[in-house]
Amino acid sequence: MAYSEKVVELNERPVNMGTLDKADPNVGTGLVGAPACGDVMRLQLRIGDDGIIQDAKFKTFGCGSAIASSALVTEWVKGMTVDQALAISNRDVARELALPPVKIHCSVLAEDAIKAAIADFKKKREERAGKAAVAQTNP
Amino acid sequence: MAPKLPIYMDYHATTPVDPRVLEAMLPYLREDFGNAASRNHPFGWKAEAAVELARKQVADLIHASDKEIVFTSGATESNNLALKGVVEFYKHKGDHIITLSTEHKAVLDTCKRLERIRQERLDELKALRLAQLSGQDVTPENATALAAEHALEQDATWQKWSALPTGGARVTYLTPNKDGLVDLEALKAAITDRTILVSVMLANNEIGVVQPLAEIGRICREKGVLLHTDATQGAGKVPFDVEAMQVDLASLSAHKMYGPKGVGALYVRRKPRVRIAPIIDGGGHERGMRSGTLNVASIAGFGKAAELARAEMADEAVRLGRLRQRLLDGLQRELDFCHVNGSLEHRMPGNLNISFAYVEGEALMMAIKDVAVSSGSACTSASLEPSYVLRALGVEEELAHSSIRFGLGRFNTEEEVDYVVKLVVEKVKKLREMSPLYEMVQEGIDLKSIEWTAH
Repeated sequence: MAYSEKVVELNERPVNMGTLDKADPNVGTGLVGAPACGDVMRLQLRIGDDGIIQDAKFKTFGCGSAIASSALVTEWVKGMTVDQALAISNRDVARELALPPVKIHCSVLAEDAIKAAIADFKKKREERAGKAAVAQTNP
Repeated sequence: MAPKLPIYMDYHATTPVDPRVLEAMLPYLREDFGNAASRNHPFGWKAEAAVELARKQVADLIHASDKEIVFTSGATESNNLALKGVVEFYKHKGDHIITLSTEHKAVLDTCKRLERIRQERLDELKALRLAQLSGQDVTPENATALAAEHALEQDATWQKWSALPTGGARVTYLTPNKDGLVDLEALKAAITDRTILVSVMLANNEIGVVQPLAEIGRICREKGVLLHTDATQGAGKVPFDVEAMQVDLASLSAHKMYGPKGVGALYVRRKPRVRIAPIIDGGGHERGMRSGTLNVASIAGFGKAAELARAEMADEAVRLGRLRQRLLDGLQRELDFCHVNGSLEHRMPGNLNISFAYVEGEALMMAIKDVAVSSGSACTSASLEPSYVLRALGVEEELAHSSIRFGLGRFNTEEEVDYVVKLVVEKVKKLREMSPLYEMVQEGIDLKSIEWTAH
């Protein structure tokens, strides 16, 4: 099977590959997939208090299409609002990378990773807000 | 000196035609184009002489007689002919086959079809009997209810009918041990008075593991069961002697031993005589076992390839064994978490099947695109399942996804091995940098403790 140029390029130069500080309250981490299925994506987003995504990093265990899908969404989401990022669909990813039908699940995983990372960020936010509220009522 | 790229290390998939083989073929594609079945002119005689020389050369490789070689289009056809031919011919004797779950698909899918044929025939007979008993039309929907109502299992006629030959077979698929080797006790225990055939491959195409055929042959002969072996990968690479191993049928392919594609053979024992029904009917070529005009040039090439394999196998095995050791040592020196799949001891010298944990096989293949290898990763196939061979050995799914098969062969050099070691080490390290799993393991996280979202 031949890969699209974009897939090859993102594998040779995986932009935004790396790790953000999990302990940072502004960083949301999404870990999706399963080793037994042959692909695991970890997407991390640093989201400002204004709701703008400032930075995005990924690490992926998976085939070339999975690596390219995760690298692509990190490129896309930087500068987006949380809502804009949530609107990214796997179809956009699949189209951009010209993924064949057997690789569509890689793009689905990338979409799931964005949603999981944002959910994690929101959860952290709520926990922080909860603690702040508790701190206020119990000085 | 840097070797020429791309580098071919996928000799289990196919091999290049040896230049000496090509030379042996060319006359039969040019001036000596005759049909080997033309008995009345020199064009036919020349073609026939070429085929008969090749028959002898192939027979000599496996210590058979030339009369025991049937030329086919390749090992897939040979496997089909052996299994279907025996089941058809011996259907009054029994209908049970024993094979391994790690066999090639040409054996496994043939077995599946034979099971389906048997089941369809039984379903037809059952519907017929139920119609007689109930006086109703029988459909798949009402068959179970009618069978219960008329106590079909106790019905004497049905009992007699269901024991009739079906033209299909029952199949036992033995799981090998974790080294990939057949469990001889399990094989013995699986043989029943209905067993007509055991089919166990000589060497596995993915993990290169070589089965103890002499022991299997002894068991089969003792029990009066025929032994077929798919020798596609092993013949010409490891010692294979149909007499010493008491093999009754053996499938061979030319293109795995530096011959051309599209030609193979089935060895069919003459003493004691083994019979098979043909699966291709026509002009009665190959003593009625395989009709069709002989592929003379390719058969001549197959013969030459077999002759070369016989002459050079011993030296080549030593050389390839050294190259494989160099490859394995080089990889293990630089990389942790490497797992060799299958027995290293009972293995073809040119095979190395190894999993680089936390790196997906297809991604690695893409990263080393100047080196042709193969992977057991699901992503290299249309299905989403990783290699059934590795799974049968009990290799965990994630390691099966991480497996790479290196197939070394006649034209690989030390320089190539060194280049591949360097490249693979670099790329595995790079992909591990990119792997969340590797990072987690470095942090001391047990990957099994995580609830993964299977998809």
